Parts: sequence; structure tokens; C-alpha cells
Amino acid sequence: MTDLPRLRSPAQRDCLRPRARCADRPPAAGAAPAKQPRHRRFTRKDSGVTATIESPPAAPEADGRSARSLMDLVFRARELSIGGALLVLILGTWLANPSFLDDQGIKDLLLNSSILVLLAAGQSVVVITRNIDLSVGSVVGLTAFACGSFVSGTDHSALTTVLLGIGLGVLCGLVSGLLVSFGKVPALVVTLGMLYVIQGIDHAWAHGEQINASNVPDDVLGLGSGSILGIPYLPLISAAVLAGTAYYLRTYRGGRELYAIGSNPEAARLAGIPIRRRVLAAYAFSGAVAGFAGALWLARFGTVVADAANGWELTVVSSVVVGGVAITGGVGTVWGAALGALLLTTMGSALVVLKVDSFWQQAITGVLLLAAITTDRIVNLRTTSALRKRSRR
Amino acid sequence: MNTLAKYLRWDTVVGVLLIAVFLAGSGTTEGFADTANLSAALNDTAEIALIALPMTLLVVAGQVDLSVASMLGLSSALAGSLWEAGWSFELIVPICLLVGALGGLLNGWLVTRVGLPSLAVTIGTLTLYRGLASVVLGDKAIADFPEAYAQWATYTQTVPGTFVPYPIALFAVLAVVTAVVLHCTAFGRSLYAIGAQEDAAYFAGIRVKRLKLVLFVLAGFVASFAGIVYTLRYGSARADNGLGLELVVIASVLLGGVDFDGGKGTLGGAVAGVLLIGLLNNLLTLNDVSNEIQVIVTGLLLVASVLTPRVVTSVSERRQRRAATAAPATA
Repeated sequence: MTDLPRLRSPAQRDCLRPRARCADRPPAAGAAPAKQPRHRRFTRKDSGVTATIESPPAAPEADGRSARSLMDLVFRARELSIGGALLVLILGTWLANPSFLDDQGIKDLLLNSSILVLLAAGQSVVVITRNIDLSVGSVVGLTAFACGSFVSGTDHSALTTVLLGIGLGVLCGLVSGLLVSFGKVPALVVTLGMLYVIQGIDHAWAHGEQINASNVPDDVLGLGSGSILGIPYLPLISAAVLAGTAYYLRTYRGGRELYAIGSNPEAARLAGIPIRRRVLAAYAFSGAVAGFAGALWLARFGTVVADAANGWELTVVSSVVVGGVAITGGVGTVWGAALGALLLTTMGSALVVLKVDSFWQQAITGVLLLAAITTDRIVNLRTTSALRKRSRR
Repeated sequence: MNTLAKYLRWDTVVGVLLIAVFLAGSGTTEGFADTANLSAALNDTAEIALIALPMTLLVVAGQVDLSVASMLGLSSALAGSLWEAGWSFELIVPICLLVGALGGLLNGWLVTRVGLPSLAVTIGTLTLYRGLASVVLGDKAIADFPEAYAQWATYTQTVPGTFVPYPIALFAVLAVVTAVVLHCTAFGRSLYAIGAQEDAAYFAGIRVKRLKLVLFVLAGFVASFAGIVYTLRYGSARADNGLGLELVVIASVLLGGVDFDGGKGTLGGAVAGVLLIGLLNNLLTLNDVSNEIQVIVTGLLLVASVLTPRVVTSVSERRQRRAATAAPATA
């Protein structure tokens, strides 16, 4: 926390932009020349409102470019390093046991990770705004069961089921979102409360019953088992949601504003960003994604008990954090979060294939998580001080 | 002017609610106010109550420790496997406590020296400690702990002349000590300063990092002790003991009016929160209300506990503002 004030918030940066562009004109409040190198270091794409400076100021060109490419590298390095770790893990496991990457193996990997990837995408949108949604696990459980009991013994189509799931998820997300944005209560507490409430409703409704795969219409089950060109639907759906979210976060004004809110809520407010509406939308989105995941859970497994996805909230948050989305908000991409989710699931499968004692799995996950956030922090400190030295020169 | 907010402090409200639940319970439900039932109800909250003490200090200082329940599990698993290996129980307890303190030290080190947010760190160690617990004990369950110690933790054995079981008696003593430390010493007041404005506290000469480190060590230590109590109380050491308990502890503390943003709250409120959830669940169980409904009630109470004070403050602020704008007009 203590080093946050040093980092200029995206909204403030944005305010400074016009001044930076006309570097030949005398600076308005004496701010421009001194600050220029400072905000050039925020050329990373994913930290704030259009932080990329298309027309770089005339200041020392070569130096500026190298600073920028260094920053680019560092912040892309996050996704790169996770991708690299994932690759090493997959290759290593494959070398040790080739059956890990045969057709069935790949299919299993994709299927096992797709729901977590989906949830991670939703969660990262919330975490980017410096909030958290702990209720996702119970929303998945509730919607999976609700969709299951809705379609049991009927011949509803897969589309209806998915829409029902999304609708229910949005409802849950809106309740949390309203409490967080308009009730101004801490996100962790509210979503923890919602976790209990939704879980309680789910269990009370299910009452120990379960949804049987034999009662679920084939159309719905087909969503979980069908494939195009040998690729199952589920990972395709996750990839599509992921791509859409990433595009929105990166390109649209609303998406950039989410980063601004997470970087510095006060500055975002002063910049005129409708914080409440954006945060509410982020929660609604996270809820929608969780509801969608619930419907897909039903399609994938067919048999659903009340505590489906019980305790997943922390796994989802873990994969988001491993994926480089800062829990303090404003930093990270959904791609990173998705890679984090992939890494966690792949590691689980790899340990099974390598016949590592399954008891070790959780401990290794924990070490990985700690290593991820620690490296992040250290790299961050190093680059900040390196860049400060550079800008002093 | 601030009378509404003054008298409607949330920790007072929780205290009143606690008394109301107790009175309503003893009036309507047969057997609720029996000493045996109260002993059992109190003893059921023993671990939550114990961990809630350091957790309150942490939350007041603006930190959180989600790894406590995993530390409880690790301590329980360690006790089980050492007991199985034939160690004496008198030796096992200090080892478990040491491991707990070390675990807390790791949390504190990552938070204070590396400078990571406590939420992220303790989600990581939550996974790590639970994982280590299952590495230590696997999926075995160890029972047959020495009778004398096992008896100490059950609710049937109470402090002579009262209905208070020993773990709760210990908790009461620790609660008084913690309350004095939090409210009447420089150490405790510094925690409020840290929670309210960490930078300001630092510039005021408070050793912010050291204090936070101490708190995390304390939390790990108490959590591992709670693990031993848990093991003895259920007579079974398992790696998944106390799974998910961290959320209940945090819910209880927050229910007692300790502000999650730090800097606000009293230990009395937190204790009242723990007891309220414990008694309410006991009362609902006696009335054949299903476990699911109890979970819903806990969740709603939690949301209400954070929402109500904010609504009250905003209402009183609005009233004040209206009074302020009206005053010059009348004068």
C-alpha cells in the first residue's frame, strides 16, 4: 500500500495527457517536463485508461523507447512467464508419460479447466475494480441445481437452460453489486454473506436430493459432451467469453474505466467515472458468468448435488491472483487469469499422471500461489526503482 | 447531535441482540437455558472464539488472516501423526504451537517484509497449510488421545461450581487479557492507528511492520492451539479438521462491529458476535430448524452487520446536514 501514491493513477495520467502531447508549448503549471518521463513508464497496456501514448513527446527519444520496451516486457512477462511455466509443465509431464497428451488427455485437460477459466474471467473483472466476489462458488452450485430441477424430465433446449442460468446468476450478482456499490459495504464481507445465503438457499432447496443425469434432456447434455472438429464445446465457449471480455476491457471506455476505478477510486470519481454503475456492472457480469458456468456444470456432469462447486471461490481467486491480476485492483488481464486457471488445473492433472501423492497437490498449489505473488511484487519493486533512476538521469 | 450514532453503536446492538436471543430462547425453548445445554453450546464455539481474539486485533489493524483454519487443520494433523508415532502428548503440544507460530511468522514476513496484501498472502497459505496437513496425515483419522486431556476439552467437564467448560474458561481469561491489551495499552491503541491510516501511524513513530508481524505470529499460535482443542474435543485428528472455519471466524468478528477496513471495533463486540452466532445456531437446532436455514441466518446477519451501521451513519449525517443548512435560515 505504501508505494501506491508514487504510481500515478490512470485517471490522473489521462488528465495529464493533453499537456504531455504538446511538449513544445510552455508547461501550464510547471508539471509537464518533470513529469514526462514518469508517465512514460505507464505505457503498459493493461493498467489504465488508454495509457499508451501514441504520439510520444519529443523528449530523449532513445532513452524513452528503451524504458517503454522494458516496461512492456515486464508487464507482458507476467503472462509470458505463466505461459512458459504451463508449457514446461505440460512438456515435462508429456515426456514422463506420453499418454498425458493423447487425444483423450488433451480433451480432459480442456474440459477440466474450461469452467474454472470461465469463472476466472468473471472474477478478474471484479478484482480489477479493487473488489472481490466470494459468492461465485455458491452461485454455480445454485444455478446448476436450479437448471437441473428446471429441465429434469422435460425437453427444454440447451439455450433455455443456459439463459435461465445466466438470468439467475445476474440476479445474485446484482444483489452483491448493489450492496457493494450503493450500500458502500466492504466487498469481502458482503460477498461472504452472500456466499452463506446462496449456499443456504441451495441446500435448503435441494434437501439432500440430487439431479440425475438420466432425467436431463439430451440437448442439454449434448452441450457438455458434443464437439466441433474434435474440440469440445465447453472450452470453445470459455475461449469465446474470454476473448469478448478481454476485448471489452482493453478497447471500450467502460472497460478502461474499470481499471481506473481499481487503480485509484478517488481519482476515478474526480474524473467523473460513474463508479457505482461500473462496479454494479462488474458484479452483474461476474454473476452472469457464474450462472453460465452453473448451467455448463449441469451439462458437463449431468448428475448434480447441492454442493457442486462448493469452496471453489478461493480456487477462482487463487487462479486470478496467480494469473497476475493484482488483488489491490487496477492491474491484470483476463488472459492472465485464464492462464492461471489453466495452470492450476493442469498441475492437478499432471500430478495425477505423474503419480505424485495426491496429498501433495494442495501444498504445491499453495507454494505456487505464494511464489507468483512474491515474484510479482519483487519484479514490480525492481522495475519501479530502475525506472526512477532512469528518469532522474 | 450524534446521539443516534452514539447509542446505536453496532457492538452495543450485538450485545443487546445476544441478550434478546438468550431471553427469547430460555422463554420459548425447553432445555435451552439448562446448564448442560449452555455448556455444550459454549463449548461448540471454543475454537472459533479462541481464534476470534487475534483475528479481532488483525482486523482492527486493517489486516486479515484467512489461513487460520488451515493452521488449525495442520496442527491437528501434526498432533495426530506424532501421537501415532508414539510421542508423548506433553511434547506434541509445544511442537504444534511452535509450528503455528512459524506459520504465522511466514504470513507476517510475506506481508511486512515483501509487502504483499494480507488477503492474497493468506489465501496462498490457506492452501499451503491445508496441503501440508494432508501431506502429514494423508486421509487417516487418529483417535485415542490420552483420556485426561480429552476430558479437559469436553463440555461435560466444567470448572467446579459453574457450567463453564475448561476451553471456554481459558477463552474468557484470554479475552479479558486481549481486551485490556487492545483498549488500555499503547500496543493496542497503535493497532487502531495502523488500521485507520497506516502511513500516518508510521510517521507518528509506530513500528507498523513489527506490530503487524507480532499479530500474524499470534494468530498462527492461537490457531494451532485451537487445533489441539479441536482434536481433543472431537477425539479425532484429521487433515480436514475445521475446513472452512476461517470464514465463520471472520463472519463472527465482523458481526461484532469490527470494521473490515480497519481502525474501528471493540473486542467486546467481537466476543458478542461469536457468542451470538453460537447461541443462535444452538437455539435454531433445538427448534429443529435445519442447518441450511442457520447458514442463511448467519449470512443475513453478516450483511446486516455491515449495512446497518452505514445506513445509520448516513441517516444521521443527512440529518446533521439538514440541521446545519436550516440553522442560518432561522437565525
